[in-house]
Amino acid sequence: MHQPEAQPRASLYFDYRVHPAWLPSAHEVEEEVQVAIVGGGPIGLALALDLARHGVRCVLLEAERQVSEGSRAIVFTRRSMEILHQLGVAGRVAAKGLPWRYGNSYYRGRRVFRMAVPHDADQRFLPMTNLQQPYLERYLAEALGQSPHAELRWGNRVSAIAQDEDGVRLTVETPAGDYALRAQWVAAADGARSTLRQLLGLKMEGTAYEGRFVIADIRAELDLPTERLAFFDPPWNPGNTVLMHREPDGIWRVDYQLPPGETAEEALAPAALRSRIDAALALVGAAGQQWELDWCSVYSARAMTLPDYLHGRVAFVGDAAHLLPIFGVRGANTGFQDAHDLAWKLALELRGCAGPGLLPSYSQERVAAAREIIDEAGKSTRFMTPPSPGYRLLRDAVLSLALSEEFVRPLLHWRTSRAHDYAASALNCVGDDDALFEAGPGHGAPCTDLRLGGDAFLLDHLGPAFQLLYFGAGPTPEVLACMASFRQRGVPLRLLLVERSGVNGAVEADQILPDSEGRLRQHFGVTVDGAAYLLRPDQHVCARWLTLSADRLEAALNAALGHSNRSFTS
Amino acid sequence: MKALSIPDLERIYDLLAEAIDAVPEGEVPRFLTKLALLAANEIGDAERFAGLLDSARRDL
Repeated sequence: MHQPEAQPRASLYFDYRVHPAWLPSAHEVEEEVQVAIVGGGPIGLALALDLARHGVRCVLLEAERQVSEGSRAIVFTRRSMEILHQLGVAGRVAAKGLPWRYGNSYYRGRRVFRMAVPHDADQRFLPMTNLQQPYLERYLAEALGQSPHAELRWGNRVSAIAQDEDGVRLTVETPAGDYALRAQWVAAADGARSTLRQLLGLKMEGTAYEGRFVIADIRAELDLPTERLAFFDPPWNPGNTVLMHREPDGIWRVDYQLPPGETAEEALAPAALRSRIDAALALVGAAGQQWELDWCSVYSARAMTLPDYLHGRVAFVGDAAHLLPIFGVRGANTGFQDAHDLAWKLALELRGCAGPGLLPSYSQERVAAAREIIDEAGKSTRFMTPPSPGYRLLRDAVLSLALSEEFVRPLLHWRTSRAHDYAASALNCVGDDDALFEAGPGHGAPCTDLRLGGDAFLLDHLGPAFQLLYFGAGPTPEVLACMASFRQRGVPLRLLLVERSGVNGAVEADQILPDSEGRLRQHFGVTVDGAAYLLRPDQHVCARWLTLSADRLEAALNAALGHSNRSFTS
Repeated sequence: MKALSIPDLERIYDLLAEAIDAVPEGEVPRFLTKLALLAANEIGDAERFAGLLDSARRDL
């Protein structure tokens, strides 16, 4: 019998609420659901909301009856905020969260590098937003509660899985016994220790680094801005690195590496924690500062991925699919992009609109992204936790040089999670004019935001559909007929007209974007009337043209729906 | 590539020996690593630097 904790978790700042467990006896036996999502962390919740946005009926199974313990993922990137914005929760995250853009590296009491992550007025969100994971989970769960398509079942733990050609059967444990749930598809969002990954016997590839870290959340009054602080080689922790981040509610994250040979138990012993956190506070000029511990944990840096995220009718997302070092805020921020890539593809598959290549492209695009991240993360990890005497010597030499020499400072550059370009995706159009554009987002890149005036932004106008962004008075009747035929087959496809002043469109569009100053044209690198972009439902570009015809649009949509038989090259 | 004159080579020989002796014991590897990075930056060519590494490795 599954007995999830019935008492609210303890926290200095977060008011945990225990939800009633969903019990099969209290509900009618249902036929098959379209998608069952296993795991109600931020990625499972985001995926459920995203699927619901596409009209997919889904059930999310969460083993616990309350949101996660401790702050966990605390830094969310601009791209994550853009995804959360589409899911309708970015407003709450931004209202509670702390936005920031500067990262500082210190060595021997001196700041050797200060990095400003680029930001301009065309962006709705700052590069980073800090918020404790329990808040984010609450906002996502509450949004899910408003959705007619999705259902969140607290206290439901999956213990077995069986799949056949038509669907998946999950055995679900509850405090009042087991039941079977049948789903057409299952998404495994059950985290780093994924039960589904173990039940299916899947192995990850990659490296588990030796470095182990304490993460501790403390409440302390510190008069410091919201910026990233990294202290290399402090006297009390020689050779190791200390990171600090500000969180809402007067909470600070302190993150430091353990000396080799020390166990997690020793590291989390109150006396060891106290002396090291006192020493970390002294680094920021707050020696003797009073503080209270909220939560602490030990983690090890790993850079691993499943080689394939699709196994029959089970799709892996987030930490269940990959384990990434947290220095570059790559965990949840990578997971949101997984969910956002999978949601529309699964929705079109369920609607019968997908070609044979569409779902496999999820795995291709996201495994390639994970491998790129692992490669980048490896560079950060080799600097943060040098794996050998040679790397340690070079790291120390660079820190020492960085005090006086400009040229080595970029080595301290903090590589962060970024929005991935699916430049090699099989969903990108082959015969379009991508190569003829000199500016604007290219094949596979996410459409970047642009302020249209006041609080109105370009991305606000993109819905859960393919969008044809047409620059000019309107596409030809043949193009419009082509769009209508795809819509008839169930493909969501919207027309957005970017209108220059004086050009009067007679065409009926889903959205008109006035562009009297030519800013949208400039943003997309468009120099001629009649140019167009095709954006996927996840806002990534899959085709762009200087001139558009019905044949060209049809070819691009077929490729984007996975009907192309081109092989994926990466 | 410019070869060092014999007087310059002799001067560098002495400078380097005396600098190594003047560095606190235990800091020599870090000192030489810093020096290698500074020299690499002056050379400005990763391929040439890789070739120098090969030369230095020979006959150790």
